[in-house]
Amino acid sequence: MQLLTFKGGVHPKYRKELAKDSPIKKIEPPEFIYLPLTQHTGIPSKPIIEKKDEVEVGMKIAESNGKLSVPLHSSVAGVYMGLVNWPHPLGGRKEAMKIKLDPQRTFEWKEEERDVDLFSEDQIIEIVKEAGIVGMGGAAFPTYFKMKVPPDKKIKDLIINGAECEPYLTADHRLILERAEDIFKGVEILKRVLNPERVWIAIEDNKMDAIDRIKEFSSSYPWANITIHETKYPQGSEKQLIQSITGKEVPEGGLPFDVGAYVQNVGTVIAIYEAVCYSKPLYERVVTVTGPVRDPSNFLVPIGTPFEYLIEASGGVFGGTMQIINGGPMMGIAQVYPEVPVIKGTTGILVQNEKETLEREVSPCIRCASCVDVCPMYLMPTEIYKFIELEDFEKAKELGVLSCMECGGCGYVCPSYIPLPQHFKYAKAELMKEKK
Amino acid sequence: MLQLSPAPHITSPKNIKKIMYGVVGALIPVLMGSIYFFGWRALFLCSLSVLSAIFTEWIFQRVTNRDIRCLDGSAIITGILVAFNIPVNSPWWLPVVGSFFAVFIVKQLFGGLGYNIFNPALAGRAFLVASWPSLMTGNWTPPINGTLSGIPVLDGMTQATPLSLLIMKPNLNVIQSLNSPTMIKTLFIGNTGGCIGETSALLLLIGALFLFIMGYADWRISLSYIGSIFVITGIFYFLGVTPVNPVFHIFSGGVMLGGLFMATDMVTSPVTLKGRWIFGICGGILCVILRLWAGYPEGVSYSILIMNMFVPLLDRLQVRIFGR
Ligand code: SF4
Ligand code: SF4
Repeated sequence: MQLLTFKGGVHPKYRKELAKDSPIKKIEPPEFIYLPLTQHTGIPSKPIIEKKDEVEVGMKIAESNGKLSVPLHSSVAGVYMGLVNWPHPLGGRKEAMKIKLDPQRTFEWKEEERDVDLFSEDQIIEIVKEAGIVGMGGAAFPTYFKMKVPPDKKIKDLIINGAECEPYLTADHRLILERAEDIFKGVEILKRVLNPERVWIAIEDNKMDAIDRIKEFSSSYPWANITIHETKYPQGSEKQLIQSITGKEVPEGGLPFDVGAYVQNVGTVIAIYEAVCYSKPLYERVVTVTGPVRDPSNFLVPIGTPFEYLIEASGGVFGGTMQIINGGPMMGIAQVYPEVPVIKGTTGILVQNEKETLEREVSPCIRCASCVDVCPMYLMPTEIYKFIELEDFEKAKELGVLSCMECGGCGYVCPSYIPLPQHFKYAKAELMKEKK
Repeated sequence: MLQLSPAPHITSPKNIKKIMYGVVGALIPVLMGSIYFFGWRALFLCSLSVLSAIFTEWIFQRVTNRDIRCLDGSAIITGILVAFNIPVNSPWWLPVVGSFFAVFIVKQLFGGLGYNIFNPALAGRAFLVASWPSLMTGNWTPPINGTLSGIPVLDGMTQATPLSLLIMKPNLNVIQSLNSPTMIKTLFIGNTGGCIGETSALLLLIGALFLFIMGYADWRISLSYIGSIFVITGIFYFLGVTPVNPVFHIFSGGVMLGGLFMATDMVTSPVTLKGRWIFGICGGILCVILRLWAGYPEGVSYSILIMNMFVPLLDRLQVRIFGR
């Protein structure tokens, strides 16, 4: 078995065994749902309903508000309570639409299957946009926008990302096991729009059962190539995945289509399938709730469900909650408020108890070069960090800080516990400010 | 109350203390060897040196109101290495002064751990050699069960270690013995005259192997440094420029101690792979030049110190950024 891989990267403890065997479970919606208008990268959506309006599951409640924006749909049936200033999983407080659940109106999404062939490519892209679909692997970039590949760029490699390299998280793993066929059907739609020369389905070798599951369909979908990747973080990062499969490096500041590649996460592919074939908008997603909780789970949750509700649903934390993280341990963001809601890009909720939460005493850099060795973007984190300390952002830029994807690899290996990615995030923000 | 720490929320098992104490651990077999070869005085001097290093660091951090981190292991390493670089016959204050200089001037005045340009122990040694040359280079004692030069017949006739015999324009007999397999064996085991911690290639290699496996030192630096000394002296041996064979060259003097434990010091070596290869190879070349032409028997410490100066430059050798 030939394992594909990339240069650099780390081997953290994956701890996926906590949640990987827990089948996706649909969760009863909580009493209140909070839907932040900022669900995706780009411009926030604009509400189109009034306070006290009745809403249905999947009803459009906010519309796309500009070039890089998608609509938002209610995830429950109930009453719209108006805009509130509510904690946001990416930090701070942001405007969110509050909806009170009407428990009488339970709901199952039932629509007739539609024939994809009825739609033109442009219509498919429009459906994807109207369904509010964004990248569900965490980046939350509007998918319709990504699908509109400029005419001068030809997609050669369509890569379906089932690598799920972030430790602890198992949502994509479960999706592959439980909904493999839907993934293929979704890819067929993407294939129609993008017309790629090759299709790859990429999975890391710590998910052999998922690989086997995909292989079961290889005769029905002969165009799909399965690639097995070394379990190494961040294998599932777009650029690293492209490098592993095609050997090409996305140019600095460029996009995957510059090297003829297009990467889409398995969860997004299923959302595309459901939107196009069943006119189902994106109002729910699979979220892994894991860490020292009694029943680490993979829940199918209405978008807008507060974190604390899900932590409760997985049996609560033992050992004293110290940290609640939106996402996984490598890139996830620690939360101030447990009532923060799930958004479209929430891949998982990781809880850390007192024992696991890091007590980090930062020491000076001893120039051990571990960070240099592991950086998958071939940066010199130690050097960049020193210039950022001196507030020399131009020099940091020269050394490539804008290429940093904040994967966390350098921070993970640093024996001095320097939170390097945090410094890079800061420098990138400063450079953005200067540009404006 | 929820805690808010920045990502990543997990870390690798490596940390500063583990690295530093790992290096200390790797030096222990060497220390035990030197006690075996030179007696308890080796341990005595080493302990004084370590205490001096820790104490200097503590005082400095106290007085300048910095975090007290004198026990993070780095001062202990410096202390041990300073002691390893002096003869066992030295007065008690020599390692004390050496470690004081190393920690105070070379490490702390440059900004403390991580900011020093020169390897503190090596700079400490250079300072001692410059200030008390006779104590540092003419004060040898033979090991308990061996001879100073490693050559039985010569004992008592000369006050020289195998390496210092070389610059004394030795006669053919001596050269023959220096090139003999017995000589190589003696050097490899370490039962010969020299500084406290430099004589046993075997024990140094065992310690270094541990560091390489744990990832606490980069084998590339050691390989390129010692390897280039081996290759160049090998060529010179065949050309007749140096009378002794390359194996003698790498096992004698401080090549092993320097190449395995001092050149690999993380703080004072380059951070890129390319930089490390260049660092090691150029260091090796310099060492041979110094040994053969500079009038001192030894060239290890100066070669590494000179290369330390080039580290900031080597770090500028930008590695290619992904997609650039
Ligand atoms: S510098 Fe950025 S891209 Fe490189 S390892 Fe660190 S976080 Fe990842
Ligand atoms: S990993 Fe940390 S200590 Fe090592 S070189 Fe990078 S920043 Fe410095």
